[in-house]
Amino acid sequence: MGNRTIVPFGPQHPVLPEPIHLDLVLEDETVVEAIPRIGYVHRGLEKLVEKRDFQQYTFVAERICGICSFMHGMGYCMSVESIMGAEIPERAKFLRTIWAEFSRLHSHLMWLGLLADAFGFESLFMQSWKLREQVLDVFEETTGGRVIFSVCDIGGVRKDINKETLHKILEVLDRMEKELKEIAAVFINDSTVKLRTRGVGKLSKQAAFDLGALGPMARASGIEMDMRTQGYAAYGKLDFKPIIDEEGDCYARTRVRIGEMFQAMDLIRQCIRLMPEGDIKVKVTGSPKGEYFTRLEQPRGEVLYYVKANGTKFLDRVRVRTPTFANVPALLETLKNCSLADVPILILTIDPCISCTER
Amino acid sequence: MSILRMTKTLIKNLFHGPFTVSYPIEKKETFDRTRGSIGISIDDCIFCGMCERRCPTNAIHTDKARTSWSIERLKCIQCGYCTEVCPKKCLMMENHYTEPSFGNVRDVHVKCTNTQSPSES
Amino acid sequence: MAGETLKEISASDLLTETLKLKNEGYRLVAISSTYKEEMELTYSFDLNYELVNLRLHIDTEAELDSISIIYPYSFLYENEIKELFGIKINGITPDYNNSLYKIPVKAPFGVQE
Repeated sequence: MGNRTIVPFGPQHPVLPEPIHLDLVLEDETVVEAIPRIGYVHRGLEKLVEKRDFQQYTFVAERICGICSFMHGMGYCMSVESIMGAEIPERAKFLRTIWAEFSRLHSHLMWLGLLADAFGFESLFMQSWKLREQVLDVFEETTGGRVIFSVCDIGGVRKDINKETLHKILEVLDRMEKELKEIAAVFINDSTVKLRTRGVGKLSKQAAFDLGALGPMARASGIEMDMRTQGYAAYGKLDFKPIIDEEGDCYARTRVRIGEMFQAMDLIRQCIRLMPEGDIKVKVTGSPKGEYFTRLEQPRGEVLYYVKANGTKFLDRVRVRTPTFANVPALLETLKNCSLADVPILILTIDPCISCTER
Repeated sequence: MSILRMTKTLIKNLFHGPFTVSYPIEKKETFDRTRGSIGISIDDCIFCGMCERRCPTNAIHTDKARTSWSIERLKCIQCGYCTEVCPKKCLMMENHYTEPSFGNVRDVHVKCTNTQSPSES
Repeated sequence: MAGETLKEISASDLLTETLKLKNEGYRLVAISSTYKEEMELTYSFDLNYELVNLRLHIDTEAELDSISIIYPYSFLYENEIKELFGIKINGITPDYNNSLYKIPVKAPFGVQE
């Protein structure tokens, strides 16, 4: 038995985009145990629902997290719509899907950049984020915001995308696909990258299930789990299959996410092809009464929305269970018996979104 | 050869020049829909207080007696809800962002009303 | 969207009901709590996109058994609920003893101010 030391990791650390604190119990260079501590960006957004009416809360829900902001808004709106029995127009569903898939694209691109940064490949990091910039420009052009869109509303969406812009989006996608292929090849084929990601943080299919892993984390271990297959929004009309890998290590997770990016591009193209004409919003009147659980697939995995309404303007409770929160047990497990040098990569591999986690 | 996969991209970048914009000399162009900051055409405002009540962050304050409308720029989250609910449509989302500032800035707009009625003069 | 069912249970049946679901192959999705006069806890489980919710009502002082012996990864949810809602949950492994969240305000929030 070697020397036991405790190394505090975070809340400020070069690889961490957001603050999380981990106490790492080390034996020589190997991590024996990791104890998490969160709450540095806890804002009490779930509690805020008592002070803001359900229409205003659409804007609050979006601000839970800056990366999957659209999905949060969409999840909240879908829950309230279900309670109030509102059926939103087809075109709104397709528009929501387009923005949701673009969000996935930008989230995964950001993650790729951070991963490259975590193993010290600075120029690859820059390349990924340069690509992401094009997605942000599409967002700004279609919604007005670069990260927080404020377009999702109860009953539909606030803004339409016209034909010319849709055509422009297709051009952007073609250009991006070419550039993405170039950097994806580096992540998948470069042997120095492989040295850092292959065999690191292995999670077998059974272990991933037993730890309640979600999203790309579970899919990389061979669990076929994707809420999109349930056909919410316009996903029921689109043709796609969850992307699955068997290995369950960091390399497999990178491959799954890269696969999902190409899939997202394909889904956006399908949406644009199938987009029906018509209204983008139905008028929803009255106040919600009842409760509903909504689940949808965020870039990081399945998110659960629980909304409980009492028939007044103010909701009783909004509960968001975000994918990162559910992936933390899996992270703590993979951290065991890894070397200290791999800790940054392992933390990044679950794609941590701390603002989501703490709300 | 699986090492030096980046070389092609790197050489391309070497001759391309910067992809970034040298702010503040050069500014990135905005789009029609860009949500920059809230503007008001104060002459149309009827000070109904709808924007004040609907604002999720309580950034807006209206005063009917003094005919003034004010907004705290750092509190505003540019969601555009006030522009939607405004009955006179006198609030609008402008494309330019607010200037950087120290501390809280409250922009006050006061409507010039002719206090003397024509019959008195 | 696949269906969802809600089942009201009493606090003493929690472990048996959870064990039944575990043996059927369900996974734990979330534990949510709501505070309105009494604590309302909802345990959500999923199998093939079917959501099953166990709902139980307890009063704020009551003690509850942890389900972390059945679902080990429930410890994070239970620690969170224990810390932020003040429900006494016994036997969480690992129990962080109300130090998971590092927040400047005093927890639990559940107790009405």
